[in-house]
Amino acid sequence: MVIKTEPFVVNIGPAHPSTHGVFRMRTTLDGEVVVDMEPVFGYLHRGIEKLAEERTYTGCIPLTDRLDYLASMSNNFAYVLAVEKLAGIAVPERAEYIRVIMAELQRIASHLIAVGTFLNDCGAFQTPVVYMIREREKILDLFEMACGQRLTYNYMRVGGVSQDVPEEFAPALGKFLKEMPGWINEYDQLLKDNEILLARAKGVGILSKELAINIAASGPVLRASGVKWDIRRADPYSIYDRFNFDIPTGNAGDCYDRYRVRVEEMRQSLRILKQALKDLPQGEARSEVPQRLHPPVGEVYGHIEAPRGDLGFYLVSDGSIAPYRFHVRAPTLINLTALRDMVVGWKVADLIIIFGSIDICMAEVDR
Amino acid sequence: MTIALSGKEIAHQMEEKFPQSIIESSPEWLVVDRQFLLEVAAYLKKTPKLDFDYLAAITAVDYLDYFEVNYLLTSLRRNHSLVLKARCYGRDNPSLPSVVSLWRSADFQEREIYDLFGISFEGHPNLKRIVLWDGFQGHPLRKDYL
Amino acid sequence: MEIEEVYSSEQLDRAEGEQIEALMARSQEPIPDPDEWLEEELKRNILLTSVDAMLDWARRSSMWTVVCFPACCAFEFIATAASRFDISRFGMEIIRASPRQADLMITAGTLTWKMAPQVKRIYDQMAEPKWVIAMGACAISGGIFRSSYSVVPGYNRIIPVDVYVPGCPPRPEALLYGIRMLQKKIAKISLVNQGR
Repeated sequence: MVIKTEPFVVNIGPAHPSTHGVFRMRTTLDGEVVVDMEPVFGYLHRGIEKLAEERTYTGCIPLTDRLDYLASMSNNFAYVLAVEKLAGIAVPERAEYIRVIMAELQRIASHLIAVGTFLNDCGAFQTPVVYMIREREKILDLFEMACGQRLTYNYMRVGGVSQDVPEEFAPALGKFLKEMPGWINEYDQLLKDNEILLARAKGVGILSKELAINIAASGPVLRASGVKWDIRRADPYSIYDRFNFDIPTGNAGDCYDRYRVRVEEMRQSLRILKQALKDLPQGEARSEVPQRLHPPVGEVYGHIEAPRGDLGFYLVSDGSIAPYRFHVRAPTLINLTALRDMVVGWKVADLIIIFGSIDICMAEVDR
Repeated sequence: MTIALSGKEIAHQMEEKFPQSIIESSPEWLVVDRQFLLEVAAYLKKTPKLDFDYLAAITAVDYLDYFEVNYLLTSLRRNHSLVLKARCYGRDNPSLPSVVSLWRSADFQEREIYDLFGISFEGHPNLKRIVLWDGFQGHPLRKDYL
Repeated sequence: MEIEEVYSSEQLDRAEGEQIEALMARSQEPIPDPDEWLEEELKRNILLTSVDAMLDWARRSSMWTVVCFPACCAFEFIATAASRFDISRFGMEIIRASPRQADLMITAGTLTWKMAPQVKRIYDQMAEPKWVIAMGACAISGGIFRSSYSVVPGYNRIIPVDVYVPGCPPRPEALLYGIRMLQKKIAKISLVNQGR
């Protein structure tokens, strides 16, 4: 006797402990296997692009903080780079080095959370993430020393950074750089060849190279699929062409490769930080820029390699003190385009892991 | 270093292949007529020397007389980029052909432009609101929405 | 395999849109803060009975939060729950996904009209007694996004709020202070008065 079954629609709703933020998936399931999936988002759409048209160029910087709140320094960086490109403002050397130091520290902090929550989804409930948050607190202490805030920094300004780092910063950073490689080795030792992680993540949720390029994926998602494309190498901005670092790539495009790429990127960031700290020059932290900046009429697209991908800002100026159009090229929104293809055919538990490995931040998807 | 290709040179090449397809061009960008958008885009993607396989972003701007949609194209193998623009006039039902068949990254981005500006894209498989809810009146990012 | 759709996507979207518009229409005024306990205390000016004291001690000493993490403040809440600021010393390390098992909602993030019916539904599903801490500027009044077209200006438009914790985002120490204030408030609630 054949048992008749029917697929049914289950809503993995916006408030769910493992959807990283408020993301809704209408999944059609046949038993435990996902047959179809429709993503619904917009639950955190706050209208940042419209609000920015009412603020001055410097006043938009707090808005950019709240885009991808786990990587606020990178968002600030991309935005002020775009404005400086538009207005033709030069940045002093010391400010360039401080910006690179902040951006790479932010990359490590963001990847710690990304890897931690991915392991949460895999089932190592809370243990690795608690250790990684402990490391992240050390980085947040450094940020607090520099600008006073722990999450939304508002630190970079057009023409430099808002204030110079205090004297305690460089020794504290040196101490952090001595200890951190040991911690990363400790996590890696337990997790790299861990049987359970391999069984759950290897071969799961494969994103092929052609599809990754077609959907314009970027960041670790693209690099894990085998494409060696990093904005810091391909289109260097600020002073990244002075540093030696490798670009880790995977070859299978599965969840395990995305995890490995992030861990290796943390190690490469430590390498850049060592070089930047050694060469940090004395000087001004900010160049003279008028309070109400009037950039020339025109448009610009400035992009950087944020921890989650290729973050770009498209600004159109009409000569007044506020931007005429402020658009954010959100890497996580574009990485999500292939989610349906990656998930169909796997089970519900794998759906959660695949979604976690793309590492999204809803505030950036929805803006 | 990603080289930004000159809009004027690409415009010359397009004029030879598809006469009357280019409205305007400058060293930074080129504006293509909406009827030729799909053909020009397909040519840019498939020609080996240009090879634009990566659509980095699509944005729209509301200049009160017309809407302008920018396509930021990049080639990963050759490391060059180009800005392609298309304009649509009229505020009631502006529309453009969709490039989803060439680059799938246009999927969510065109839906978002439809949601916030009201520009519809012909040929898009699933054109409905994405960041706002179904009964929302109006298109917020237009300049006349207060 | 053919899948016969019971509800099409369009129907689901439209139903959701109607729900959101209905909630928007009836949330034009903020809900007043539940502070009857203040007046009662001044009016009656009597000590609580020992049963009340026991019950209040039990209720406030180990409140379990429900998952409601839209935006940035969520990460300060997670940092509070982690080992450095250790919310577990207050008995609160359990963050339940199911609202039926929770008695505290810490609203950590901006509320948009699209998300509002879902938050209201979670609040309604929590069992009495329940409390709400509005964490962050966006939860108190809409914050930096107040003038936006899709943001609810403060959670007290749709649910009653007990404690407001300012900050953008509030530091973990500020959140712990807010939790302490809520514990003091619960300590004053009398069984005779029924609390709420």
